Amino acid sequence: MTIAKARPGIRGPARVPVPLDINGRRHVAEIEPRTSLLDTLREHLDLTGSKKGCDQGTCGACTVWIDGRRVLACLTLAIAASGHEIVTIEGLADGEELHPMQRAFIEHDAFQCGYCTSGQIMSAVKLIEEGNAGTDEDIGEFMSGNICRCAAYPNIRAAIREVRDRGDGAA
Amino acid sequence: MRPLTYSRAATVDDAIALAATSSASAFLAGGTTEVDLIRAGVSGTDHLVDINDLPLTDVADRSDGGLRIGALARMNDVARTPAVVQRYPAISRALLLGASEQLRNMASIGGNLRQRTRCAYLRDGVSPCNKREPGAGCAALEGLNRGHAILGTSEHCIATHPSDLAVALVAFDAVIQTAGPDGERAILIDDFFPLPGATPEVEHPIAPGELIVGVEVPGAPIGRCSVYVKYRDRQSYEFALVSVAAALETDDGIVTDVRLALGGVATKPWRARRAEAALVGGPADESAFRRAAATELAGADARRHNAFKVELARRAIVRALRHVLEGTRP
Repeated sequence: MTIAKARPGIRGPARVPVPLDINGRRHVAEIEPRTSLLDTLREHLDLTGSKKGCDQGTCGACTVWIDGRRVLACLTLAIAASGHEIVTIEGLADGEELHPMQRAFIEHDAFQCGYCTSGQIMSAVKLIEEGNAGTDEDIGEFMSGNICRCAAYPNIRAAIREVRDRGDGAA
Repeated sequence: MRPLTYSRAATVDDAIALAATSSASAFLAGGTTEVDLIRAGVSGTDHLVDINDLPLTDVADRSDGGLRIGALARMNDVARTPAVVQRYPAISRALLLGASEQLRNMASIGGNLRQRTRCAYLRDGVSPCNKREPGAGCAALEGLNRGHAILGTSEHCIATHPSDLAVALVAFDAVIQTAGPDGERAILIDDFFPLPGATPEVEHPIAPGELIVGVEVPGAPIGRCSVYVKYRDRQSYEFALVSVAAALETDDGIVTDVRLALGGVATKPWRARRAEAALVGGPADESAFRRAAATELAGADARRHNAFKVELARRAIVRALRHVLEGTRP
């Protein structure tokens, strides 16, 4: 593996070590600067919970949190996320104890194929924290960045409503 | 995706100097367009200068009652800033009706204005496109052009400018501030977006290594009653077929000032000056709104699939003005 040694301050295009703080743990990925956070998670760090749907910012399957905000890992370069706090679906449960939103998705059967689910859940937890889950219309509007091609939307909304109404869904 | 070098700037001067190390440098803010277009093979960028550490995120008061919006403020943060919501509701709504919550968390104000005027034929990398390859021709003219422009078109390009924010900003005569190798300058937003003409590959007057640092929105009491309406093929997370930013001031039923700008129908954020001129000094009523809308669309250049936009734009203008007049929320 070649580690690039370029002008000071300019890194790449060959692989460089990139420290990443993910789910409370420091990782160092050896990646090219062009590598997305999503590919880094999935191909380099064995964190395959974040899914690659469109790889162009359209579907939301790769939704993760950076510094507490929901963002798309496919349009984030991993090297640009260095120094920031990243949380993926793998960081949501408390040990063996699922997050209330994960439990609600299971209880309400809020998926069919399941491919979009981790992105839906990462988005849904933030939706409630952001205070925009008041009505079904609001849920539809502020979850519109997460597409479900199986159209499990009624069950996804039901899961979100339950967590909202129980008031235990904080991240 | 082509190989890239990456650097991270600590100051504006640092960013400009780092950008000068390659002729194909680009600044990286939210990355929502830039990373996508690099991956699609449409952008020739080979060096990204990450500017996210620069202190350009504030929304500050101007002495004239306007606002100065930092280039790195995120769409969601600006949309929910109380001063923006109160003084320029059209700007807030335009931001919230754009993209998705995740993208609005990422995308910056400067990046929003620098996103490319584009259509599917630019992105696909193979169809004739005068933007991608000057002189190659335009596949949209005779192709699938339902989403394309009817105003400001040329025989070389009919792509629409996709920003909602820019439509609201053009209604308020915003000024874009930049810093670059040749110093600082201020560019009126209407001059920032050229018509495609014979050079659709030229989308802005920004020089290599020049960075947007902020957007000045002049004080405008009329802004407080402004609205932004957006019509599209699906309810959320979709580009506009037609959008309208509108504000109106009347005195005893007579229009004393009006701001109208259109999105989704033009090759640039479209200030509807013909409609504005038709309204000022006349009655603020439905038939005047209809006549003004017809005046603006009189020169529309419709294609095979987008002729519906002419009538849709007329109706959207009338509806937006009605909302302003009646003080109702779209």
